[in-house]
Amino acid sequence: MEELGNLWHGFAVAATLPNLGFMLIGITLGVLIGVLPGLGGANGVAILLPLTFSMNPTSAIIMLSCIYWGALFGGAITSILFNIPGEPWSVATTFDGFPMAQQGKAAQALTAAFTSSFVGALFAVLLITFLAPLLAKFALKFGPAEYFAVQLLTFCSFVGMSKEPPAKTIASMMLGFALAAVGLDNVTGQLRMTYGVPELLKGFDFLIAVIGLFGIGEILLTMEEGLAFKGRSARISPAVVWQTWKEIARHWRTFLRSVAVGCWMGITPGGATPASFMSYGMARRFSKDPQAFGKGEIQGVIAPETAAHAAGTSALLPMLTLGIPGSPTAAVLLGGLLIWGLQPGPMLFVEQKDFVWGLIASMYLGNLVGLIVVLTTVPFWAAILRVPFSVIAPVIIVVCAIGAYTVHSAMFDVAMMLVFGVLGYLFKKLKYPLAPMVLALVLGDMAEASFRQAMLGSQGSLSVFWSNPLVGTITALALTLLVWPLWGGAQNLVRAREARHSGAAG
Amino acid sequence: MSSSEGDQNVGTRWPEVGLAAFLMVLAVLVISDSIRVGTGWADDGPRSGYFPFYVGSLLLLSSGWIFLTRLMRWSRDRAVFAERSQLALVLAVLVPMCVYVGLIYPLGIYLPSALLIAYFMKRYGGYRWPAFMSVSVAVPLVFFAVFERWFLVPLPKGPIERLLGL
Repeated sequence: MEELGNLWHGFAVAATLPNLGFMLIGITLGVLIGVLPGLGGANGVAILLPLTFSMNPTSAIIMLSCIYWGALFGGAITSILFNIPGEPWSVATTFDGFPMAQQGKAAQALTAAFTSSFVGALFAVLLITFLAPLLAKFALKFGPAEYFAVQLLTFCSFVGMSKEPPAKTIASMMLGFALAAVGLDNVTGQLRMTYGVPELLKGFDFLIAVIGLFGIGEILLTMEEGLAFKGRSARISPAVVWQTWKEIARHWRTFLRSVAVGCWMGITPGGATPASFMSYGMARRFSKDPQAFGKGEIQGVIAPETAAHAAGTSALLPMLTLGIPGSPTAAVLLGGLLIWGLQPGPMLFVEQKDFVWGLIASMYLGNLVGLIVVLTTVPFWAAILRVPFSVIAPVIIVVCAIGAYTVHSAMFDVAMMLVFGVLGYLFKKLKYPLAPMVLALVLGDMAEASFRQAMLGSQGSLSVFWSNPLVGTITALALTLLVWPLWGGAQNLVRAREARHSGAAG
Repeated sequence: MSSSEGDQNVGTRWPEVGLAAFLMVLAVLVISDSIRVGTGWADDGPRSGYFPFYVGSLLLLSSGWIFLTRLMRWSRDRAVFAERSQLALVLAVLVPMCVYVGLIYPLGIYLPSALLIAYFMKRYGGYRWPAFMSVSVAVPLVFFAVFERWFLVPLPKGPIERLLGL
C-alpha cells in the first residue's frame, strides 16, 4: 500500500493552483489540436515542447500530458460531428458515431465517446499506479543486455503485429535508426554520415521529424480529400448526459473488454489506432445484434473510444518504467523528459518520486478536468471546425514552421521539416508505418548504447542475449513476435492449398 | 512519374519503386560511411560503424526486397496512388509551402507568414481583401505576442522587423 501513500503525496504536488491552471490550458490546447486537421497528439506536443523549457519539469510534463489527453478527447468530436477523424485512432469512432449524429443523436454519441474515453483512461491509470512501481523495481535488475532485449522486443512486435507488409515496417524502422545515428558518435567522438554538411553535426532531431511527418504530411493528405467540412452541430444538456450514462452502464462488458485490449496494445507498442479497430471488431463479434453496427450502435462508439484512450494512457507505463515509449506521442514526452535532464527508467521511481507521482496523480485529475471541459464546450469546438480550411491550413503550416524553428533556433530544421513532410505523405500513401520510424529515431542512440555495452561485456559474442533466463526469455519472445507473420503466412498457404485440393476433388 | 495507365489516375508502381530506390540509396550511404569509420573492433570496444552497418544492411535488404517485388509485379500492378486532380491539389499546397520556407531565410518568419495566409485565403477561399488582410496581419501579430513577449522565444526576423526596431 506504499503506492497509495505515494499517490496521495502526488496529488498534493499536482493539485496546486498553478498546476491545475496548466492542466486546464493543456486540455484546451489538446482538444484544439485534436480537432484541427494536421495537428495531432505527437506533433502538437512536439511544437509546444520548447515553450515549456522555462517551466519546472513537473508543471511542464503535467501540461504536456494534458495536451495529450485533450487530443485524445478532441479526436472524437470531429469523428462524430463531421465524419472526419481528427486523429487516426478515432477512425473507428466514425463508423457508428457519425450515423448517430445523422439520426439526431449527436449529443448521446458525444457523451458516450467522452465517458468511454474517461473510463478507458481511468483503468489505464489505475494499472500504471499499481504496476509501474513493481515493473520499475523489477527493471532495476536489468543490465545492458536486458535493455537491448526489451528494445528488440519493442521493435520486433512492430514487425509482427503491424498490418503493413513486414518489409515496409523494417525499412521504416531502419530509416529511423539510420537517421538517429547521423552526427557525432557519443562513444568514440567520431563523425558519422555527415558527408561534410555542418548542419548534420548534431544529427536529426526527432521533434522535427514528428512535426514534418505528422503535421505537414497530414496537411498534404487532407488537401487531397478536398477542402470542405460539412457537419452537424450539437449541444449537450445535463439531462442527456444522465440518460446516456444510464444507457451505457448496461454495456459494462464492452467496457471491460475494450479496456483489456487497450491496455495490452498500449503497453506493447501496438498503439491506440490498432487498439481501437481491434476493440470495435470484438464488440461487433460479441454483440447479439452485429447487423446494427455501422448504423448508429452506441457500443460501436464505446468500444473504440475506451480502447484508444486506455492504449494512449498505458503507453506511458513502459515509457516511465523502462524508458521505452509505447506510442509516438509517448516518445515525444520521453524526449521532453530527457531535455529536462530526467532519465526515464527504473531510477526515476527512486530519485524523482515527486515528479513521477505528481505526473501519475495529474493523470487522474487531468482526465477528470478533460471530461468536464469537453462535455461543456462542444458547441465551441464544432464552431471552430466551421472555419474554412483555406484559413486553417496556412495557419497550421505557420505553426509547424515556428514549432520546427524553435527546437534549435535553426532554419535548416524548417527545411528538413518540409522534407519529412513529403516523406510522411509518401509513407502514408504507400502504407509504410510511421510509428516504427519515430520510435527508432528516439530510441536509436539508447538502443545502440545498450547493444554496444552488451557486446563489450561479451567480447562481441551474441550469446550474451541468451546468457541468463531473464534476457533469454525476452529475446526468445522478441524473435517469436518477429516470425509471427511467417506463421500466419504459412497457415494461409496451407489453407489455400487445401482449398485447391478439395476444389479439384469436388 | 510520367507513365500512368488511366488518364485520371496515377498508379502506385512508380512512387513505390521510386521510394524503395531512394531508401536503397540512403542505405548505401549509411553502409559506405560505416565502412569508412570502421565496422569492426578497436581496443576499446565496437567502433562507430559497428551498429549503423547492420542498420544500413537491413535497410538495403528490406528496401531492395520491396524494389524487386514491385518490379516483378510491374505489369500486373494496377493499384491507384491518387487521382491527377488530387495530386494537383497536393502540389498547390506543397509549392507555396516551399516558397514560404525559402522566404523565411531572407525575410524572417512574420512577413512570409502573412503572405502565405493571404495567398491561401484569396486563392482557395475566395476572400476579398478586408477579410484576408485582417487575418493575415492578425495571426503573425498574435504569434509575435505569444512567442517573443510571453514565452521569450525569439523567432527569425528580417529587414522589416529591424526597421521597426524589434
